[in-house]
Amino acid sequence: MTSSKSAVLFALVLLIPATLYVLIIVLYPLADTINLSFTNAGLKQAYDWVGGTNYAKIFNSTFASVIGRTFLWTFFSVGLKMVIGTFGAVLLNAAVPGRALFRVLTLPPWIIPMAIGIFMWGWLYNGQFGMISGVLQNVGILHSPFAWLAYGNTAFWATILTDVWIGVPMVTIYLLAAIQSIPRDLYEAAWSDGAGRWYRFRRITLPLMRPAAVTMSMLSLIATFNSFDIIWILTQGGPNGQTTTMIIDTYKTAIGSYKYGEGAARAVMICIFLSIFCFFYFRIVSRFSKGDVR
Amino acid sequence: MTDAPIAIVQPVALPAAVARRRINETPMIDRYRWWETAGIYLGLVVFLLFVLAPFIEGFLVSLKPLDHLFSSPYRFWPDDGSFNAYVTMWTSVPLLGRYIFNSLFISLVATVVVLLLVVPAAYAFARFEFPGQGVMLGAFLAVNMFSGAVLLIPLYRLMRTFGLLNSYFAMIVPGVAFLIPTGIWLLRAYIMRIPRELDEAAWVDGASRFYIFRRVILPLAMPGIVVVAISTFIGAYAQQFIFALTFNSKSELMPLAVGLFAFFGKERVVWNELMAASFVGVLPVMIVFFFLQRYLVAGMTAGAVKQ
Repeated sequence: MTSSKSAVLFALVLLIPATLYVLIIVLYPLADTINLSFTNAGLKQAYDWVGGTNYAKIFNSTFASVIGRTFLWTFFSVGLKMVIGTFGAVLLNAAVPGRALFRVLTLPPWIIPMAIGIFMWGWLYNGQFGMISGVLQNVGILHSPFAWLAYGNTAFWATILTDVWIGVPMVTIYLLAAIQSIPRDLYEAAWSDGAGRWYRFRRITLPLMRPAAVTMSMLSLIATFNSFDIIWILTQGGPNGQTTTMIIDTYKTAIGSYKYGEGAARAVMICIFLSIFCFFYFRIVSRFSKGDVR
Repeated sequence: MTDAPIAIVQPVALPAAVARRRINETPMIDRYRWWETAGIYLGLVVFLLFVLAPFIEGFLVSLKPLDHLFSSPYRFWPDDGSFNAYVTMWTSVPLLGRYIFNSLFISLVATVVVLLLVVPAAYAFARFEFPGQGVMLGAFLAVNMFSGAVLLIPLYRLMRTFGLLNSYFAMIVPGVAFLIPTGIWLLRAYIMRIPRELDEAAWVDGASRFYIFRRVILPLAMPGIVVVAISTFIGAYAQQFIFALTFNSKSELMPLAVGLFAFFGKERVVWNELMAASFVGVLPVMIVFFFLQRYLVAGMTAGAVKQ
């Protein structure tokens, strides 16, 4: 009934709307990006084929440092999300009164429009009067106001921290679900053999949540690599380009200075990296689903 | 009947401490020493403080008058606080009501379109076997790896060609594409759990394929569809930034995030009104969330637990 010829036909008909939509809105633009990356397209309607000029320009510029910065930014952000997420998931899994409420309270940063959360962080980082600077002065760590977003180094970390804040709820709840799906008898057997809490965590929880943790960190890696809103709202890539990641760089080139061709070449570079991540993601997921966890 | 012997085995009188433990049904393994409990709560406080601090501070900022905010040293508590900003913001951000409406409208339309596309596709993936199925599902999921930002240039040209720039469509149409993969993934998993015997019985009774889809699968999949609808709505509400920023310049069509961004970027930000407007603006989605969070959490973690 589900694999006869008419069934296949019916299934394909059901798939037509979604497939067409994705073809027009994702696949065509993807092809167009590659096409544009070899042209000098700009605001004018007409444009010419310029071969590899855009790519040559990219590699003559500071692009290598943008790539390096993007990877650092992504690496620290994903790493922190995973560490804090694991910490949160283990705590939220503990059988203490009120945990249902605590679980709900974890989610707001993920629920609200990203931009709204970022506005709040904009205040926290505010140099003259913001909370972080203010509290650090009140406790005597800082002696004068400090504008976190005005210096390259601190702006870099500030944008990471905000990205971590937005990403942590998803990671936490996902890892919590993974921990909860670990069979309880394992813990009970270990417990009756006299294994302590820390030993059970290290020898049962950590290994068994590993597939979910690897999957989540890959998903998080892809999302973080694509992160735009946070940096654009907080620093627009500044100061001095110290928070300019590949996405921000592409946006500035294409939308800011109307160099569609050069922007497209940068977007192609992003797509290449994303495809590599995606390739590993699918390989990992298919390995886990075959049951070959180790 | 079978309960009787067990009842007899019950001892008549238990020592008081044991009896108390019986009533309090916490298994031994879940009992903590006092310092373990204290450690867990301390950890939870630190964790939740990180998650909620911006909200707490944001709310207090919305209560503080501007000269309190712009004064040193920093004072956390709004001893001179009032809800004034919640009144004055409607005049300083004249289109605020419009922004909130736009946000809701864009999310609602996006959700409806996503459901129209996702429900049939998820059914096809869950119930039929056809050549290239795995590749196609993978291709849909791969859409997730692109953000709108990467495809912005051709999407801009596409919207211009269709004449959709500066309209609601420019913000809805591209966003929908990026909400499709998760929707298919969630709903497919849900439909796969509906027993096949049900559609097979209808098939034997001579029902057409479309009839089975509409009258057997759709009603049974409704809880799953609701989960997808909620998570799509929240996703659509949360992600209205880059398309709205780039494809629309009419302020009366702007969603909340972009509308307020103009005020965030000003030389002297009116923080208390910005925060007040933000809180009022996220209220709709917060209300949806707190009533439906149970379903939502089940949906978003579907992938963490092996099916």
